[in-house]
Amino acid sequence: MPEPLLQVTGLVKRFSGLTATDNVSLGIEEGELHAVIGPNGAGKTTFIAQIMGELPPDQGAIRFAGEDVTRLPPHLRSARGIARSFQISSIFPDMSACDNVALAVQAHAGHSFRFWRDARTDPLLRAPARAILDSVGLGERADMPAAALSHGEKRLLEIALALATRPRLLLLDEPTAGMGPEDAAQMVRFLSELKGKMTLLLTEHDMDAVFALADRITVLVYGRVVAGGTADEIRASAEVRRAYLGEDDRA
Amino acid sequence: MRRLRVLAPMLLTAMILLGLALVPPIAGLSGENYTIDVFTRIMIFAIAALSLDIILGYGGMVSFGHAAYLGIGAYAVGILAFYHIDNGFLQFAAAILASAAAAAFIGFVSLRTSGVYFIMITLAFAQMIYLLSISLSTFGGSNGLNIDVHSKFLGLLDLGNPTTLYYLVFGVLLLFLFLGHRLVNSRFGMVIRGAKSNPRRMATIGFPLLRYQLAAFIIAGVMCGVAGALLANQELFVAPAIMHWTRSGEIMMMVILGGMGTLIGPVLGAIVFLLLEDVLSGVTEHWQAVMGLFLVLAVLFARGGMLGFLYRLRGGRSGA
Amino acid sequence: MPYLLVLEEALNGIELGIMLFLMAAGLTLIFGIMNLINLAHGSFYMVGAYVSAATFAKTGSFFLALAAGVAAGAVVGVFTEIVVFRTLYRRDHLDQVLATFGLVLFFNEAVRILWGPTALYATVPRFLSGQVDILPGAPYPAYRLAIIVVGLLVAGLLYGLVAKTRIGMLIRAGASNRVMVGALGVNVRLLYTLLFATGAALAALAGLMAGPIFTVDSGMGDSVMIQAFVVIVIGGIGSIRGAFVAALLVGFVGTMGRAFLSPLLATVMAPSAADNAGPTLASMAIYFLMATVLFFRPQGLFPPQAR
Repeated sequence: MPEPLLQVTGLVKRFSGLTATDNVSLGIEEGELHAVIGPNGAGKTTFIAQIMGELPPDQGAIRFAGEDVTRLPPHLRSARGIARSFQISSIFPDMSACDNVALAVQAHAGHSFRFWRDARTDPLLRAPARAILDSVGLGERADMPAAALSHGEKRLLEIALALATRPRLLLLDEPTAGMGPEDAAQMVRFLSELKGKMTLLLTEHDMDAVFALADRITVLVYGRVVAGGTADEIRASAEVRRAYLGEDDRA
Repeated sequence: MRRLRVLAPMLLTAMILLGLALVPPIAGLSGENYTIDVFTRIMIFAIAALSLDIILGYGGMVSFGHAAYLGIGAYAVGILAFYHIDNGFLQFAAAILASAAAAAFIGFVSLRTSGVYFIMITLAFAQMIYLLSISLSTFGGSNGLNIDVHSKFLGLLDLGNPTTLYYLVFGVLLLFLFLGHRLVNSRFGMVIRGAKSNPRRMATIGFPLLRYQLAAFIIAGVMCGVAGALLANQELFVAPAIMHWTRSGEIMMMVILGGMGTLIGPVLGAIVFLLLEDVLSGVTEHWQAVMGLFLVLAVLFARGGMLGFLYRLRGGRSGA
Repeated sequence: MPYLLVLEEALNGIELGIMLFLMAAGLTLIFGIMNLINLAHGSFYMVGAYVSAATFAKTGSFFLALAAGVAAGAVVGVFTEIVVFRTLYRRDHLDQVLATFGLVLFFNEAVRILWGPTALYATVPRFLSGQVDILPGAPYPAYRLAIIVVGLLVAGLLYGLVAKTRIGMLIRAGASNRVMVGALGVNVRLLYTLLFATGAALAALAGLMAGPIFTVDSGMGDSVMIQAFVVIVIGGIGSIRGAFVAALLVGFVGTMGRAFLSPLLATVMAPSAADNAGPTLASMAIYFLMATVLFFRPQGLFPPQAR
């Protein structure tokens, strides 16, 4: 059997006393949409940051497309086809939406030691950027300062930034975070369109969205994998109910 | 409104540059060189402030040791002249190489950190170079080094003539403004701006930031080194005081005063700061107390520099 | 190498280290807890030295001078905290740098206005003006020894305060979680003001003790402050222990470099060349130390805990 696109083995991350990622192993097949769910503080964001390379794991290995990437910095993982979006929109607020996406395009258009030509009129950057903005439905807002976009639009721009790097594996950290039901539904529609075009790893709070989208689901509680399987298997799992009931108790 | 926002800085730039171009003929009417000297100095500091603005205003790197490069450029000219090498091309090449090397070293160490660490480290290294210049007893130590002759450019330019020197400095300023304009709008410039705006995101979309930031740091160092070489030619003297740490603060003040993140801002800032210094020091020997208070109040109550203030007057927003 | 000379220079190194620690302790807590960069910390040092020297000249009482210097530092610290720094906590580092740089210009000029442009001379009190035999036949100035003792006492006191008491707990908690301290019902404002007063008083103490050794003049605190920055960077921001270790390290390396680099170099090169190269290298030694530490540990020797 061929190796999965992403293979995580025995990943451990500790923060002074707290084990945020506790011996997590996980394989994601090419083309799959894999959801990682779990209560608040389960270590979902920490997990994504380690796959992206922003946080070094204390133990374990991450292999991507058959290559060990455990020690690679984020920009080299990006070059190999990993991209992420952030739970709290992480955009360039002082630039226009189009500038934002063009910058992500530029990151994958050779080196940037180019000092002469005006980047803002460079069709090699602008055309792909506009196409991506159109595809996420922000075409009309291209020239708005990113800071002036609505919350839902910022969430879309956030994903557009990741898409502009043309990833093989897209990590989405709670794409519907903070959204109203209408915006969230639109986001879910958009994600279902992405499904199949690339491999997706998604963390999410909205269970309806997860069960509607995911091929397979992994449940993380206190940094540990407590269950994994198809959406139906997880829906039936007692372990998962307990985890979520526990969360409801606290909330 | 939008058009005004684009046009206003251009108009302001044109007015300032035209004004600077006309200083020698107007000052020449009175037949003395004082005004020309003052504005030569102003333009040299404008170059230094412009170079700082590229990393500070566009790149978000709060370097508090920029005067070091001014000193390195000036000492490069001074030390070569000390050994009777007065070829200007060689001297300026030495100034460029030396400031590039220093910026590469300082940048390499300090850019691995950020925030207050970065500020403290750049300040500390500038202090190191300041102390180094004091310890160089061969070259006058803390008393400084007299330079016997101006840089010689194969007989093409006589920098002993104040007007010639003035227009050389003016030309360098124009050149750097133009190059700066290309740079901040190029792909490289976009990376630098992105690194200021959101460094974490820059890394995850695939930019190896350190090498671009280091390149910008070196470019800024070199530009400031050239300003130092010009300053040595104006004063025919170089001493450690040229890179005292408060000088770095003054250059930063010029950038902020004029409006950082714009190219003409630092030029405006240098003009206002040095003229203010000139006027205040004529009124009271304790002008630094006034300047200090002014700076504290400006930070606490006014933001965005003079350009920002001008835009606010017009009901627009700053940031070109 | 004369053994006693080495001992004496080593003690001088410790003494310089102690001074740097007194400067760095307040700075590092302020950095760590308030995330504030204060370029005017050297001004507190200078104020302590000036007020103490002036008081001593007027009254002849060493203890009165000591109290006046420390109190002046604390008062100036509290005043600037209330008037300037409070507004700056929420600003970015650039604003902090500019405003505190403005304060430096102001204070450096203010002492010239108050006490004139020439340096003041602070004198060692009579009961400390002699020499003490630290080893048989190894005399060392009593005043310098007193500085070391006072500094160590203050360091111990400070460490106890931060490590053992409730206020210290709050300070440490504040360094990692400001909101949490606020939620505990603690008056964070008052805590900050107190912290600032303490930091400023310590700097003033360092300044007034340094007065008789160096000269008391405008801007005297600035180079010490930059060295204290080096200490903080090496020690790790926010760490008292790191500041202590790094201060001794920096004091030691700086002093020993100045004393022994030239003779050391003379063993491998011409004496005249060594006389030139020695001071040059010595002046750069602590900065190379900083660069080396940073290269291997970008967060300093005692990095702040992961937040």
